[in-house]
Amino acid sequence: MIIKIFIILFIIFVLSRTFIRFRAKDITIQELVIWSIFWSSVAIATLIPRQTDALARMVGVARGADLLVYISIIVLFFVVFKIVVKLEKISRDITKIVRHQALNDKEYKDNESR
Amino acid sequence: MRIWVVIPAYNEASIIGRVIKDLKAGVENIVVVNDGSTDDTAMAATASGAVVISHMINLGQGAALQTGIDFALKNEADIIITFDGDGQHQVGDIENVIKPLILGEVDVVLGSRFLVSSSQVPTLRRLLLRFATLVTKIYTGLVVTDTHNGFRAFSKYAAEKIEIRQNGMAHASEIIEQIKRQNLKFKEVPITIRYTAYSLAKGQHLGDSFKIFWDLIIGRISR
Repeated sequence: MIIKIFIILFIIFVLSRTFIRFRAKDITIQELVIWSIFWSSVAIATLIPRQTDALARMVGVARGADLLVYISIIVLFFVVFKIVVKLEKISRDITKIVRHQALNDKEYKDNESR
Repeated sequence: MRIWVVIPAYNEASIIGRVIKDLKAGVENIVVVNDGSTDDTAMAATASGAVVISHMINLGQGAALQTGIDFALKNEADIIITFDGDGQHQVGDIENVIKPLILGEVDVVLGSRFLVSSSQVPTLRRLLLRFATLVTKIYTGLVVTDTHNGFRAFSKYAAEKIEIRQNGMAHASEIIEQIKRQNLKFKEVPITIRYTAYSLAKGQHLGDSFKIFWDLIIGRISR
């Protein structure tokens, strides 16, 4: 199946990027482990879907593929939440910097014209 | 008693000069916070005799107000008035707005266009503002007739207590929330809004209310 090849190629790509990010110290070892587990399980579910069904049934989901979709959505929401909070923090920091600069600039100009 | 007028301005070059000239007749200290305008707002404001502080980039009205308030407090303000830069507020109303502060009755005075019959508020805008009032009531529990009115006055005490963290238009609801949280005494006084094609075009629209709602929610979870 072509879709399987695409998914596996994509996973290899993402995993390599994750590892590069880790080596460049952009992400922590915990993040590396979590993402590796996540993407590996996607790979397993892609390659041997039947066997993952057993695991899914243990937690009350019919198919392994479905379980993966549920987990993905939860992970996505969590990541979006983190990004939104982080953006808000960055925007507050920028505000602080711009405000400080604006007030200082005014003071500087006043002193200069004195 | 030193009174400072704070005017947040974003691309108001065509009208800010006139607004300042009108204000000069009644008040001495005017600070325009040029919020990263891409036109000649700063030049026009300086030429009209206001103190101008410029944000490097556009942050939003809430951020501009806080910068102006910081500046006024640094410059020994006893009373801080916030005033719109688009010409919709009347200089003649200032006296009524600051009177309760001078008398020491309250800490914050909020202008309300709905307490006076001479404001001709367009229907759609009236509905939008009523809705904002309802949201504010649910959000803060305070009944204010006109939440999104930029004409306000703060005592030094109130200005030091209130910290506007909402950079965008949600600051209006945030101010009410902080009045409540900081236990500040407030009063609404009637003011007249003069709607012009210019102020209506620059004013808020329906889509903005969704953004305000979103900003308030995000502000809550990331505090």
